[in-house]
Amino acid sequence: MAMRLELRLERSRKLEVLVPVVSVLLSLVVCAVLLLSTGTNPLTAYGAMLKEAFGTSYGFGEVLVKATPLILCGLGVMLAFKMMFWNIGAEGQLHMGAWGATAVVMTGWDASAWLMIPAMMLGGFAAGALWALIPAYLKVKLNTNEIITTLLLNYVAILWVAHFIYGPWKDPTSFGFPMTKQFPDGAQLLRFGDSRVHLGLVFALLIAVALYFIQEKSRWGFEIAVTGSNPRAAEYAGMNAGRNILLVMLLSGGLAGIAGMVEVSGIQLKLLKDISPHAAPYGYTAIIIAWLARRNPWGVVLVSILMGGLYVGGETVQITMKLPVNIVLIIQALILFFVLGGDILSRYRLVFDRKEALSGG
Amino acid sequence: MEGSLLILVVPILQAAVRSGTPILFVCIGEIYAERSGILNVGLEGLMLVGAIAGFTAGFSAGNPVVGVFAAAIAGALFSLIHAYVTITLRADQIVSGLTLTILGTGISGFFGKPMIGQVGPGFDQIAIPGLSKIPVLGQVLFQQDAMVYLSFVLVPIAWWVMYKTHLGLSIRSVGENPATADSLGVSVTKVRYGCVLFGGAMAGLGGAYLSLAYTTMWIEQMSGGRGWITLALVIFAAWNPARAMLGAYLFGGADALQLRIQAVGIEIPTYFLMMLPYVLTIGILVLASRASLRRRIGAPAALALPYAREER
Repeated sequence: MAMRLELRLERSRKLEVLVPVVSVLLSLVVCAVLLLSTGTNPLTAYGAMLKEAFGTSYGFGEVLVKATPLILCGLGVMLAFKMMFWNIGAEGQLHMGAWGATAVVMTGWDASAWLMIPAMMLGGFAAGALWALIPAYLKVKLNTNEIITTLLLNYVAILWVAHFIYGPWKDPTSFGFPMTKQFPDGAQLLRFGDSRVHLGLVFALLIAVALYFIQEKSRWGFEIAVTGSNPRAAEYAGMNAGRNILLVMLLSGGLAGIAGMVEVSGIQLKLLKDISPHAAPYGYTAIIIAWLARRNPWGVVLVSILMGGLYVGGETVQITMKLPVNIVLIIQALILFFVLGGDILSRYRLVFDRKEALSGG
Repeated sequence: MEGSLLILVVPILQAAVRSGTPILFVCIGEIYAERSGILNVGLEGLMLVGAIAGFTAGFSAGNPVVGVFAAAIAGALFSLIHAYVTITLRADQIVSGLTLTILGTGISGFFGKPMIGQVGPGFDQIAIPGLSKIPVLGQVLFQQDAMVYLSFVLVPIAWWVMYKTHLGLSIRSVGENPATADSLGVSVTKVRYGCVLFGGAMAGLGGAYLSLAYTTMWIEQMSGGRGWITLALVIFAAWNPARAMLGAYLFGGADALQLRIQAVGIEIPTYFLMMLPYVLTIGILVLASRASLRRRIGAPAALALPYAREER
């Protein structure tokens, strides 16, 4: 007996909705098996995660706090994927953005937030964008594989930040901890009420709206989509693929850079080591988000909030049930695998060839 | 004068071979997978799975050899996910590979938690009688551990199978033109599954080298980008197992040099030195892409393209 795929005549609409839902459920089932193997009741764990993330207003605030950099990085990655440029470097671009924003503060300049915040955003955007332009330029000029270059530059960016917080920017009063001193008031983003939700969330949502219009309504958005789905047609239509790669990566890296800026200016209030969670870095989660969101800005916002819930829930069970926080990554990856497989099954039908069926027909 | 220079250089070269060996294992496996037309960018995750499976098995058995076998099996089984999703379901190879890395990072961290802080059994240095007495070369190549010697045996075998056997011809034809290979009676599916599983087993070995020979412990995310560096080296090696050896030791040399300079205390900031292997890899990749632009030696023609018989 052999398996093969047969193209469905019509794409199944029902399956397109069903696939993501079933994927989430299946990944929770698989993860439940892992949890059982360590002697944990998965239902208790999932219940605690859900209750903490979406059951309390403080918890939901924290979900939005995590969702903010995820939306920004996710939008950037989405834009690059739209063009089939594999930007796996959001993590590095985020670190460079945090560095660029901090560089503005480190000049010693102390002004009102009206001046400092825009300057820091510019610094973060520029640093992230420049970092993303390196692999973009190499791709355009030499056709260098961008998956590898964007990824390796992540390691370099993290070491770059480490150099500054262990060295020239280290706060002498930090008792040896690798961090800068706390930012002055003017360099801190406004927070809402008692929560840690900050102005960065508003920026992220505004950028999502802007990207929606660019993607759906502008000629440039059309060019990106055509270049991504059919590069040859784009070339015949006279679209400049090289210029578009550079522009897309400028924006993509810049958005991840802003994610880094809002993390240091809205949450950490200083530059320090783990600006992105070590166990499930924002820049990598953004790749999953962009893919699950089907490259749609609203999808990015929605999936980022769900992933934010996973982060908050994961941290909760780590503290209360002593579970490894790694289950966040495991669930994320499993969802993507099931969606990947499910997408194929909604386009094709799995057929089993049997010997007798062949001879009978 | 000359003698004192050797005293300085020989340990670095010896360390270069040690640092390069895990990458060499992974690189040989990925060359086979890519030659068959399947790109697996999940090497980083596969290495981590191999490292933790190898360490756990070696630690429980008290014997590193058990760990090596466990790592190869774990790597092969884990790569089965990628094989199924990309070969049978024909999903995007890049997305599947990335997801494999994320899953491998998560799973190795999950199962590795009880192993943090444990010291496992490791491979000892064995001087090969006779050969290790050769000046310079003997010290560099023949005063190493058993896994390094295993890699010395594997590279020529991998080269010979690829270029001198019928199996190698089948693999290369499946990666260049699957439709033709199929019409000549080669099972594209079987060859690709075989190559991806072999690649997974080798990546598992590379990971096991890190946790059983290079160090004798498990550290979360201990592969530190070596899986990605390997992807660049495959291109540098022009998909040839013999050239992979050169590339792996070149990278190993950068790694060894970086650690050595830090130890000597030359005035280059530590974190800039630590960037060296990554920056060097990007440099190598740039040179390799320039060369392939000029001479048009490139990837296997069907790399990353799914194959379906009815779409011929």
